[in-house]
Amino acid sequence: MFSIYCPYCEEHREEEEFHAKGQAHIARPRDPESCSDKEWGEYLYFRDNPRGLHHELWVHAAGCRKFFNITRDTQNYEIKETYKIEAEPRITATQAQ
Amino acid sequence: MTQTNRLPSGGRLDRNRPVTFKYNGTTYSGFEGDTLASALLANGVDVVARSFKYSRPRGIVAAGADEPNAVLQLGATEATQVPNVRATQQELFDGLVAASTNGWPSTDNDLMSYIGKVGGRMMPPGFYYKTFMYPQSLWDTYEKFIRKAAGIGRSPTENDPDIYDHMNHHADVVVVGGGPAGLSAALAAGRAGAQVILADEQAEFGGMLLHSNELINDAPATEWVAAVVAELQTMDNVMLLPRSTVNGYHDHNFVTIHERRTDHLADLAPRGQVRQRMHRIRAGWVVLATGAIERPLVYANNDVPGCMLASAVSTYIKRYAVVPGNELVLMTTNDQGYTAAFDWQDAGRKVVAIVDTRAEPTGACVAQAQQRGLKVIKGSAVIEVKGSKRVSGVLVASIDAAGDRVTGNVQQLACDTVASAGGWSPAVHLACHTGSRPEWREDIQAFVPGKTVQRQLTAGAVHGSYTLRACLEEGIQQGMLAATNAGFGEQIAGQIPVPTVTETAAGPVMTLFHVPHTKPTSRAPKQFVDYQTDVTAAGIEVATREGYESIEHVKRYTAMGFGTDQGKLGNINGMAIAAKSLNKTIPETGTTIFRPNYTPITFGAIAGRHCKELYDPKRYTAMHRWHLAQGAKFEDVGQWKRPWYFPKPGESMQDSLNRECQAVRTSAGILDASTLGKIDIQGRDAREFLGRVYSNAWAKLAVGKCRYGLMCGEDGMVFDDGVTACLAENHFIMTTTTGGAAGVLEWLELYHQTEWPELEVYFNTVTDQWATMTISGPNSRKLLAELTDDIDLSGDSFKFMDWKEGTVAGVPARVFRISFTGELSFEVNVQANYGMYVWERVFEVGAKYNLTPYGTETMHILRAEKGFIIAGQDTDGSVTPIDLGMSWCVANNKPFSYIGKRGMAREDCLKENRKQLVGLKTRDPEVVIPEGAHAVENPNQAAPVPMLGHVTSSYYSACLGHSIAMGFIRGGHDRMGETVYYPQPDGSVIEAEICSPIFLDPKGERQNV
Amino acid sequence: MSEQMLAEQQTLIPVYALMDQLPETEGPRPESPLCHADLASLAEQGSREGGVRLQEQALLGHLVLRGSLQNESFVQGFAQVMGMALPGALESAAAGDASVRWISPDEWLLIVPGKQAFSLEKQLREVMAGHFSIANVSGGQTVLVLAGQDAVNVLKKSTGYDLRDRNFPVGKVVTTTFAKTQAVIRRTGQQEWELVVRRSFADYVWLWLQDASAEYGLTVTA
Repeated sequence: MFSIYCPYCEEHREEEEFHAKGQAHIARPRDPESCSDKEWGEYLYFRDNPRGLHHELWVHAAGCRKFFNITRDTQNYEIKETYKIEAEPRITATQAQ
Repeated sequence: MTQTNRLPSGGRLDRNRPVTFKYNGTTYSGFEGDTLASALLANGVDVVARSFKYSRPRGIVAAGADEPNAVLQLGATEATQVPNVRATQQELFDGLVAASTNGWPSTDNDLMSYIGKVGGRMMPPGFYYKTFMYPQSLWDTYEKFIRKAAGIGRSPTENDPDIYDHMNHHADVVVVGGGPAGLSAALAAGRAGAQVILADEQAEFGGMLLHSNELINDAPATEWVAAVVAELQTMDNVMLLPRSTVNGYHDHNFVTIHERRTDHLADLAPRGQVRQRMHRIRAGWVVLATGAIERPLVYANNDVPGCMLASAVSTYIKRYAVVPGNELVLMTTNDQGYTAAFDWQDAGRKVVAIVDTRAEPTGACVAQAQQRGLKVIKGSAVIEVKGSKRVSGVLVASIDAAGDRVTGNVQQLACDTVASAGGWSPAVHLACHTGSRPEWREDIQAFVPGKTVQRQLTAGAVHGSYTLRACLEEGIQQGMLAATNAGFGEQIAGQIPVPTVTETAAGPVMTLFHVPHTKPTSRAPKQFVDYQTDVTAAGIEVATREGYESIEHVKRYTAMGFGTDQGKLGNINGMAIAAKSLNKTIPETGTTIFRPNYTPITFGAIAGRHCKELYDPKRYTAMHRWHLAQGAKFEDVGQWKRPWYFPKPGESMQDSLNRECQAVRTSAGILDASTLGKIDIQGRDAREFLGRVYSNAWAKLAVGKCRYGLMCGEDGMVFDDGVTACLAENHFIMTTTTGGAAGVLEWLELYHQTEWPELEVYFNTVTDQWATMTISGPNSRKLLAELTDDIDLSGDSFKFMDWKEGTVAGVPARVFRISFTGELSFEVNVQANYGMYVWERVFEVGAKYNLTPYGTETMHILRAEKGFIIAGQDTDGSVTPIDLGMSWCVANNKPFSYIGKRGMAREDCLKENRKQLVGLKTRDPEVVIPEGAHAVENPNQAAPVPMLGHVTSSYYSACLGHSIAMGFIRGGHDRMGETVYYPQPDGSVIEAEICSPIFLDPKGERQNV
Repeated sequence: MSEQMLAEQQTLIPVYALMDQLPETEGPRPESPLCHADLASLAEQGSREGGVRLQEQALLGHLVLRGSLQNESFVQGFAQVMGMALPGALESAAAGDASVRWISPDEWLLIVPGKQAFSLEKQLREVMAGHFSIANVSGGQTVLVLAGQDAVNVLKKSTGYDLRDRNFPVGKVVTTTFAKTQAVIRRTGQQEWELVVRRSFADYVWLWLQDASAEYGLTVTA
């Protein structure tokens, strides 16, 4: 069970308080109407599944109810950082290489 | 029976407290301080199990968690039955009742063993996979047979009367294992001021020191143990958990500990006491001091009762004052093994010989053996055991230096016990739980914990430091390091001296796993690797010969390590044999991975308090007590308990529903609608936000008005619906389905926080704030008028889809004129603390209108008569508003591309012949189509028959006098009047006509009066 | 007065719906979420020496305030009306009968005597401007006080939150899991905690607390 640092509560909490919401930084297209079916399909359904660092969206559901992002290593479940929703990750796979 | 194997003195027993217990129906005696295993051995019980596959008699081998055979069924009553208890870990108490779990019909005389004897060759590894997989239909039969024969034990058929619970902790340092290393670590971390939890699976702390002959600070080791434990007990920052197995080491230093609080006291926990507790600990640092498990050697017939681990022999003699036999042959690859022979001799029994596999052992122990007059046979091994239900002798032969083959003549020695000491395997199990692979250490020929991302330290034998001095030293070091890492400990660094220990010079160890035989492995008598799953050396060789090269595949093919002991004794031997057979090294072959739990755990401890009434929260409305008093039947909607219907005496369910429906259609009914989700939405951009998350238009909804909305996902599929009211220009209240409330709120927050943070809007749940009662029926206006003097209820003033504020029964209320029944309806919302009061006032005036409470089932029928959907029943995540025939609820001219718009425009959503929601009228008006039934065009068509869609809602409508249904039909909106067929499992076919889903009052005149 | 407030005052359409949800007279009988448990009678009958004491502080006024700390009128307005500042992350504050808990970076829970909820909401709305919200949830939740030498053990059975003194000093408040539901937990004393739970879950929490505290003895106080 993870111990997750909530960037809004500014302390670690038990995983039970959180919900995972999938890959982070999937922005809704600004003009959906101009998207082709393929582009819309990519936005809706296609997600990365990396072995290694992954940026994920989580919500502190049983706490402050804020959404935030986690950079997590999918191999050993280590959480490298958590950051607020408007922020960019400091740790990325390309850096790690 | 007398305790024939009990020594007259010694052991850590309370001889003033004799206890009696029953095993397989016979009464035996023992002492407090015994384990069930030590008491059985004291009483000369040799056979405790029959083996899984070959049904061979098996005896006690080990003295701890590694015991593979003495896995017993406990319990004096049906309700207190516990399967899968290792007798070596069960403390004896007066009145204990145990039974062996396999052996059919009895352990001593097992019919299966005849099958085993002749069937050995017929039951190669993979037997279960090869034979029992097919045919599938017979698996039930096979499973019953296998379970019974294999002795997996059984669960009780009555409810467990005991209490179990969970407790959460946070600790700076968790020390796992209370042996010399663990005690030292806890002491160091404790003195440093860190919050420490020390857990050990045994009743007493001390680990191997409890049976050791070694001295610490020139005194018996147990004195040091007592002093350390006493000091730890005085520390407020240290929590001691004896009888507590650290069963799981999970991500981010989360540790689960299974504490057995009363299992040593009685069959049933003393009244009010918790029997077992699961501690869930978030640890700053974990110090693994789990020690090592002795490896048995693999030799022919090494499973005959009387074959034991050398360390177990010492444990039984020194700790429990039990000598498990009379004449011992010890086989060892190392110096430490000699201790068992010395202890045996000191207990006054005969040591037949020490068989040392090393040609020239050099340790001090050899000289000591000679001084003691013991016969040491060097460069030799016990290659085979004689006897069936008890060892009667051994064959000893000289072997080559590599341990690959027998080199000399075979001699037979008579004995009744064979102890084997094959070296030690560090207990790396917990270190593996989080995915870390153990690493092979060539110098000690063992796997030790590997690299990990956990905040984990190791001390003592678990990472291969086998001497007492090293254990003590590392314990102090690692305990201190853990405390320092956790922010403590600088101040005491170096202040804890390592106790003095006298070291004896130890000679080199021989690497030997599999003892050679004069015959090839495949022809030699069975050489067991894994006792629990009956895996032999020959079996592993067969597996590699059949092409299984990965150790994980060998494991699955042979079942090695699949027992409830997870191969604690046999795995390393098995891997070594597989490696040798594959011409690889052990690290090249690798190891299988250990997973939680370290030892089996009861379901009770897993469930904790989350059972019975507390299994899941039950949510109640403010009027729940009234519903109970009226004898309502309840339906679970999410966690809510909603009245389903209100039966009157003698009524069938259908009678109740018919009565409730008629009351609403002819006079007045009332529904407790408090469970609907309610979200308070405030802010300048609230209206804009609604327009983005609903498929219909909200820009022009005026204050005082309500509107129904459909909520879709980005894929265009409906996922929730409800009515939202405009309370003020920047203030709305949204209702959601009962089950969808939390999900919708999270959905709104998701979009607000991640996509449109610039919109000024706040969402707050007010579901529990309002008690909601829907008064529905032609007399609802008259009824409500009697309860309010400040709301003008007239149709001109209070129109359909309006809301008004005023008082009802003297309580401030918001009243919404909305309808889910198609009748004139008023939904009264009052602050929930007044819900019951207002509800009761409504009934006081409602009597003359035959006000009838109705439940969810009647609500479903009434709305289905009107063709209103229920999100989640008539939708399943694959239907758009258009599919539902609700294009009136889609506003594609909104400037913002609302959620769902683009999804609905995908090619697949636009294609013709999608499944569309329609009404269904059965040809026979009395027949109700089962929900879920699939429609076909032609019931006589040969399979495969194309499915047209399924029925989503189906009821008998008393008001209409016939059944009604809604369901999906391909292209259904253009097929009105056509006939479809619903074949039933019994072969019958229900014929139905496609129609509008609005069965009643299509113009909506009833709700608009 | 800001332009926006002027604009809002000039229009006849109400911007926010403010509603006094309590009846004018004492006639209508309110029932707290744990009314059915009849804690008053239990307090009369039960043992007085349990390791855990439980009390429901029923029928208080609960207001959820939402706003940004960047919104000065929201921050100042609160201080002006309540006589205390909005507390920072995971902190609480109290002034007289009123206490306020940080819930989220833009959310606070204000608890006041039941009858003051409406007038305070009104006053707060009068002094606050810009983007904020106030929701009256007085009927939707209740306050339980858990105290005694074993209260911490009952909490350890109920939540995974770190309750140690150094992490959870008196005055701190957290929203976290509680058994299979949630609670806003505030430490109000060395051996005393306040739980705010939702109405519909109150019975579950009550059952849970009885069960979890059984081994220590539970005393209900009125």
